[in-house]
Amino acid sequence: MLTIENLHAQVEGKDILKGIDLDVKAGEVHAIMGPNGSGKSTLSSAIAGNEDYQVTKGKMLLKGTDLAELNAEERAHLGVFISFQYPVEIPGVTVTNFIKTAINAHRKANGLKDMPASELLKKIRDTAKLLEIDSKFLSRSLNEGFSGGEKKRNEIFQMAMLNPSLAILDETDSGLDIDALKIVANGVNKLKSKDNAVVVITHYQRLLEYIVPDFVHVLFDGRIVKSGTKELAHELEAKGYDWIKELA
Amino acid sequence: MEFKEKLLSSYLAFEEGLDLSDSVHQTRAKALKIFEEKGFPTKKDEAWKYTSLASLISQDYSLFPKSEATIELKDVRKYFLYDTDTYKVIFIDGVYSPFLSNTTHDGLDVCLMSAALIKPKYRKLINAYFNKMAPQDDSLTALNTSYAKEGAFIYIPKSTVAEKPIEIIHFSSGNENALWLQPRNLIVVDQNAQVQIIERHQSLKEHPVVTNSVSEIYLHKDSFLDYYKLQNDLPSASLIDSTYIHQEKNSHASVHTFSLGGKLIRNNLNYFHKGEHALSTLKGVTILEGKQHVDHSTLVHHAQPNCESHQDYKSIFSNRSEGVFNGKILVDKIAQKTNAFQQNNNILIDDNATVNTKPQLEIFADDVKCSHGCTIGQLNEEVLFYMRSRGIPEKEAKALMTYAFANNVLDSVQLPSLKKRINQQIANKLGVNLGFEL
Repeated sequence: MLTIENLHAQVEGKDILKGIDLDVKAGEVHAIMGPNGSGKSTLSSAIAGNEDYQVTKGKMLLKGTDLAELNAEERAHLGVFISFQYPVEIPGVTVTNFIKTAINAHRKANGLKDMPASELLKKIRDTAKLLEIDSKFLSRSLNEGFSGGEKKRNEIFQMAMLNPSLAILDETDSGLDIDALKIVANGVNKLKSKDNAVVVITHYQRLLEYIVPDFVHVLFDGRIVKSGTKELAHELEAKGYDWIKELA
Repeated sequence: MEFKEKLLSSYLAFEEGLDLSDSVHQTRAKALKIFEEKGFPTKKDEAWKYTSLASLISQDYSLFPKSEATIELKDVRKYFLYDTDTYKVIFIDGVYSPFLSNTTHDGLDVCLMSAALIKPKYRKLINAYFNKMAPQDDSLTALNTSYAKEGAFIYIPKSTVAEKPIEIIHFSSGNENALWLQPRNLIVVDQNAQVQIIERHQSLKEHPVVTNSVSEIYLHKDSFLDYYKLQNDLPSASLIDSTYIHQEKNSHASVHTFSLGGKLIRNNLNYFHKGEHALSTLKGVTILEGKQHVDHSTLVHHAQPNCESHQDYKSIFSNRSEGVFNGKILVDKIAQKTNAFQQNNNILIDDNATVNTKPQLEIFADDVKCSHGCTIGQLNEEVLFYMRSRGIPEKEAKALMTYAFANNVLDSVQLPSLKKRINQQIANKLGVNLGFEL
């Protein structure tokens, strides 16, 4: 699904990623953990196609297509979805209108006509139900005045609606209380299939209790310094990140 | 011949058939003298620094249409808000169209200025209100007064709620090569009365039209006015609108101005507080392209204690279009506990578009809350990236963002079908496909 080879990236001329290798296959869940400032969010931004992040070396392939050739919207059309750590507020655009625009943009890019309103409404209702989202929430302006938890739930709502091949959840657990965390994790688990892949980026092990990873990678100073299975997450939880620094 | 000269020399023709000894005409003749002395404003006038009338008045215009234009209902129906559920005062090339209009004298008066100015039964109202609030030294208002003869006359008696909105529409047919119109409206809302009014100026063909319109609006104690100005004319049409609103105790006046099309638009919107606890709302959405020019000049004169005013103008400029916002808030010494707020936010889509925004606060009272804020900017890059990362192409994302920026002002529109229509117009203008809402 996603192959990253020797990825180097800069922000404002500063090297952040210093040679990342990652191979995520369809049907897998990977967790990327690491202390603050290790490059976790830079990695997700580089995959998303944020132009503030320059890839200076290496390759990112999604389903064999070189992502460097694609802009942000084309990457989304190919199946990349990032659940952002800090989702933006868009006053004046309702959740419904936003998701309708996004879905139809995806369909257009894939040569399909707009989704009929009735079908779209049903899909919206079903997805809202899955994530225990109140329908009133759907006619509010996107993220405007939403609590941290509501914003994150709204990200997962969009993910469920867009059904991406590769979902990257960037610190989705931050700002969520335990009930909201369970709902979000439950939603992600229901959407998981053998045809898609999930990358969970997180500082803490908490979310991984509910979205169980097949592989865990530890990122430090722009490199993956250790990879393992879910037990590695427990080890990090117990021992903290200090011992990792010695591996680097 | 300069156009100013034409306006002066054509006056004899205008006077034909009028009662020259009547007090109304004396008011007109006095106003003509003021215009003669002052002439058209130029860029040397502080209030006209960023808006030039030079190119407009270098042309020639007909002042009186030569032939009566007939237009069919089917050709103009789309400009009506509702087919039947409104009162309508409709003019074609400045001439009243009884066929398209729907006036009334049943419980309230929605009729013609030309009738109100001469009929004895309105004399008391005319004497009390006509040209009583418009400043005597404003040359364009004086010009309008000197030729004041036609427009809408609306009187809502005490404790009356106008059940239907009133549409005032001026069509220009295109029969004349170029046309100069000067409608004059007088609106009196008596104690505890309420009215909703929609005003628009619409050319049916591309041809030079300049409308120099003046409206005087008197709101008595506890009355309510909800006024909508729809400015979405063809690129050959220009409008100078001067509106004067007099507010007594506990009255609420709300004016929304939607400037979506036209060559040059100047809105002089003036509020005067004459009683305590008056509330004034001024909102505007401006979306311009090409070489269009829009100038919003607002004045809120807080002359009594405990009054409130809220201004919110949002503008979007593409291509080489130009905008001006000049918002003056004047708080007299006596006007303690005033709350006056002003916001003007602008988005420049293209490098060649310009906006000049100037808040002017003159505050002489010491216990007041006044604020103003203006922004001029491009679209937020972070929001743009968020949208693109969800698969929305850049162009569409920008359109949606601009739409959202403007659409926020519509929250306060009280007429659902008007709201829907303007929402749609804004969406069309910005290339946004709306679809449905839950």
